[in-house]
Amino acid sequence: MATPPDSATGPDPDPQKESHGWKWLLSAPALLVLLVAASGPLMIVAVYSFLSPGNVGGVEWDFSTEGWFRVFFSRDIFDPENVSWNWANLNVFWRTISLSLQTTLICAVLGFPTAWFIATRPPERRALWLFLITIPFWTNLLIRTFAIQELLRGNGLINTILMATGIIDEPLQLLFSNFAILLGMAYVFLPLMVLPLYAAMDKLDFRLVEAGYDLYASRVRVLWHVILPLVKPGFVAGSILVFIPSIGAYVTPRVLGGGRTMMLGNLIALQFGQGRNWPLGAALAMLLLIIVMAALVFYLRAVNGEEGKRRG
Amino acid sequence: MKKTLVSTLALLASAGLAHADGVLNIYNWGNYTSPELIEQFTADTGIEVTITDFDSNETALARIRQGGHGFDIVVPTHSYVPIWIEEGLLQPLDPEIVTDRGNIAPQWVDVDFDPGREYTVPWQWGTTGIAVNTSVYDGDINTADIIFNPPESLVGRINVIPEMSDVMAIAIYAAGGDDVCTDDMDVLRATRDMLMEAKPNWLSLDYGTIDNYVAGDILAGIYWNGATMRARLQNPDVAYGYPATGYPVWMDNAAVLADAQNTENAMIFINYILQPEHAAMLSDFARYGNGIAGSEEFMDPEMASAPEISIPEELVSAGRFNPTCPQEIQDIRTQIWTELLQ
Repeated sequence: MATPPDSATGPDPDPQKESHGWKWLLSAPALLVLLVAASGPLMIVAVYSFLSPGNVGGVEWDFSTEGWFRVFFSRDIFDPENVSWNWANLNVFWRTISLSLQTTLICAVLGFPTAWFIATRPPERRALWLFLITIPFWTNLLIRTFAIQELLRGNGLINTILMATGIIDEPLQLLFSNFAILLGMAYVFLPLMVLPLYAAMDKLDFRLVEAGYDLYASRVRVLWHVILPLVKPGFVAGSILVFIPSIGAYVTPRVLGGGRTMMLGNLIALQFGQGRNWPLGAALAMLLLIIVMAALVFYLRAVNGEEGKRRG
Repeated sequence: MKKTLVSTLALLASAGLAHADGVLNIYNWGNYTSPELIEQFTADTGIEVTITDFDSNETALARIRQGGHGFDIVVPTHSYVPIWIEEGLLQPLDPEIVTDRGNIAPQWVDVDFDPGREYTVPWQWGTTGIAVNTSVYDGDINTADIIFNPPESLVGRINVIPEMSDVMAIAIYAAGGDDVCTDDMDVLRATRDMLMEAKPNWLSLDYGTIDNYVAGDILAGIYWNGATMRARLQNPDVAYGYPATGYPVWMDNAAVLADAQNTENAMIFINYILQPEHAAMLSDFARYGNGIAGSEEFMDPEMASAPEISIPEELVSAGRFNPTCPQEIQDIRTQIWTELLQ
């Protein structure tokens, strides 16, 4: 590595930029707002994660890495010398990431045909279908979640129908399970997958699909080799939009999971509330942020990779 | 001299601010303040009342500590009252205006959290115990075994309120502990193991479950006495038990904030709820006891004789006030709680 490889972007695309370097001052107010309003609170959370817990909430201004330590490790409460992985927390992280990935997958599988259906309607009808997709947003998330609870409960609609048709004899325990959490999250976040997928399909050149058929490709091959690669940016954007709110979900696991198991959002709330350990809560909140950042980096890589391929 | 000065200043301040608009801002738990009482208070005194809700002691404390809140009265739970007092967030009750502290029932006067009631007066008090549906369970209702070692008929139909301190308290007592803030590792280990073993038998850890008790979806659980009573009024099979090994007693208390804007109105309100007929209105709404002597005769007769409020003689001593645990103990409890819900 004596000479650095030629940068991918090549020479500075805009040489004029340098001579007008002072222009950025014009955006100073916007930058200031961003810095104070967006980064400020985050900075406070970051700083708090390195302090000691105060008496009943709040923080003491003593530097401490105990909060971060406890995110990953635990001293055996029955033998403080014995440090081990904090399996309780790690299990919560794993459940959070696993449920979020499953939610993303379900949304992708359900969202693709939905978006395809809308994109293949006559143009004047598409607006109506898109409008229908947004209807759930008219109602508060909490209320919709309680509505799902009504559907799933022992004497709720789903069990009543299943029993009336003789498929089951006793009501199924649907509520208060991982299944209920998944269903709730997939329902809530589905539009966030459909909309970017639709945007990608809207730009899709259907002549390419016809060309595929003309070349004797089967339906599956056209789907796999023509359509999916072309709408991939929509999948990536939709997955990010679904995954990020999923890992921060609080209401859905609380209401549909019956509080039996926690996700990361509930664990953070526990530390700031009943646990009264703000530094640990702040460290967990920063961890959530790091997971989101990692997902975004993955997104940028995926999108840039696409563009690079196309240029090449 | 200093006291006169302070109260004169307070009077001046309230004369300037409060009397000008005649307002009072109460910061209280949600769905906890009788609207009829507030209506009558306004009719009697001309003071307009605004109520703002909080959902936990931690939230209330964090908000008041920040200052600039504009509230006059707050209603913290007994375990938090010493923290409020130590941090100077409350002001002593003004004996000139709050003249009827003698109405407080004797057992609620010299309480550990506010000896002699210098800062607070009772709002509502209650217990956390066991709710159970007696149509499927005919054993002893005064035992925590219903939750931690349930009979077959209750398995999978149990709800535990997600209140760490209440659940830990009942569990620690049931595991043989004496002090909820214990650092006795044997007790804590037994508590953890008991909870971990019991959890697969539970359906949920949820708050708002009165309807589920009424419908019979939930057959047993750790629950509050007032909420259990509301369920029983709609389904007579629901009974409330007091675990003989020990159960938490709690009391929420009204106090005047040190930086109140309407101190005099706040003191007037405090004295107002010390009157038995007004305390009875609080109980009729929230369905808990109120700690004011003689309020029973003004209460809804259903309330005055309710088994959820009159603790059986032999079980009174099992009820205990839980203090706020030191942070290092709280961390251990939170760790056990996290293991339970992982």
